[in-house]
Amino acid sequence: MGGREANVVLLDENGIRSDGRKVNETRKVTIKAGVLKNANGSAYIEFGGNKILAGVFGPRDVHPKHMSNPDTGILRVRYHMEPFSVGERKKPAPSRREIEISKVIKEALEPAVMLENFPRTAVDVFLEVLQADGGTRCAALDAASVALADAGIPMRDIVCACAAGKAGDALILDVNNEEDQAGQADMPIGYMPNLGKITLLQLDGVLTPDEYKKCIELGLEGCKQVYEIQKNALREKYFSSSDNN
Amino acid sequence: MANISIIDKLKRSKILDLLQEGKRIDGRALDEPRPLVIDTGVIPHANGSARARLGDTEIVAGVKVQPDRPFPDMGDKGIFMCTAEILPLAHPSAETGPPQPDVIELARVVDRGIRESGMIDLSQFVLEKDKSVIGLFADSVVTDHDGNLFDTCSYAAVAAILTSKIPKWEMKDDAPVLVEDQESDTPITTIPISVTMGRIGEFIIVDPNLDEWECLDARITITTNSDGNIVALQKGGNDGFSLEQLVKCSELSISLGKKIRDVIKEATGASK
Repeated sequence: MGGREANVVLLDENGIRSDGRKVNETRKVTIKAGVLKNANGSAYIEFGGNKILAGVFGPRDVHPKHMSNPDTGILRVRYHMEPFSVGERKKPAPSRREIEISKVIKEALEPAVMLENFPRTAVDVFLEVLQADGGTRCAALDAASVALADAGIPMRDIVCACAAGKAGDALILDVNNEEDQAGQADMPIGYMPNLGKITLLQLDGVLTPDEYKKCIELGLEGCKQVYEIQKNALREKYFSSSDNN
Repeated sequence: MANISIIDKLKRSKILDLLQEGKRIDGRALDEPRPLVIDTGVIPHANGSARARLGDTEIVAGVKVQPDRPFPDMGDKGIFMCTAEILPLAHPSAETGPPQPDVIELARVVDRGIRESGMIDLSQFVLEKDKSVIGLFADSVVTDHDGNLFDTCSYAAVAAILTSKIPKWEMKDDAPVLVEDQESDTPITTIPISVTMGRIGEFIIVDPNLDEWECLDARITITTNSDGNIVALQKGGNDGFSLEQLVKCSELSISLGKKIRDVIKEATGASK
């Protein structure tokens, strides 16, 4: 991403961040499961200013056919940003950044989904970023997990995700857009809380070896908070008293 | 593990059996990278170049330096960009055509390691603020693929940058004009070194070769700078790591990164 500007105050003398949060506080996260009619599973997440829609189809026939695997089902993920989701209009065609993010999200979800019982099929996950506000890959991954569960795909665990990072020389949880642009480090983390496995991990920015470990630990705390919200979203759809489809 | 062939399954069980005895398929220790050989100045037409060989993986990187327009939000900085390509002669499975996601990831991980370390002081690349800057493009091509393209490509690109010379331009009538026969060293602040490790079962191995690469559960690339700090990470593969494994990997990347940095410094004559 690159542009680091020093003239923005990201952390004031009381340890309060530019959007009023404490260092170990995430933005407000709301998730709703089952928001689309046609998709087999779906979810909508608002993670701070991020607004992301996830839709899952499958297990279904694989096209093109040569992609199918006789031993297992395959997972395909497309992360995509709408042209209007960011400050300056984004060209609609998938960018190299979006292709890379699609790949890391796919690899973060693969350990969780059990597709070996669905050979020669595909499960497609479509992630549409309607509005971006820093940390879209984590928010998209959170929504994808809920949508996969909503689609009834057998899973070993839910993958929850949250970034940690460094700004104003302090380690911070859930890096927002401003902190990503002007801060010192951004480390998105994806985590399977019941299996204790980290399935997505990236970093831009400089951390000492000690900060590296603390940053992962801080990020995992955020992941666990998001995990509770993910579970509640599924509970609300499947176990609430009101009538649902 | 999607798309794994019967041969890969047999290979994996053989590799795992050997790892149980503390051995690797090519006889290395688990924390031992393959020998790295760097040749510099291999492409005289480039402003800087290097060929990196890590075992049998071979990558040629060339740096081109030319005036360019700055990015709109970064008028006070020059441009830096890394690309990577797997040439069709590098491996039977390599194809021509638009880049596949794994090649895009390769280029972006190499680019991120160098960019986030702040290796090149891009503020010295400004010819006229917001109008004209110098761009440094490090393009790498894989000529032989035996696994761990991330590190080989990163070493080739870093060595090419360390040996690159920056021509001199002067602004005349709002356009940069080349001043002949005046070159300066590239402004270097630190030397980023990536170390890629793979996990097979419970074993962490450094610098997987292609046989090992094809049956990894997960991999992680950790880039460190000359101060021994961590500047970039990329986890890949269809499974994850525990926190303990990640801490172990960071320690490996720092200690091995130091040794590899010395090899690159020696080959390029760099001082940082």
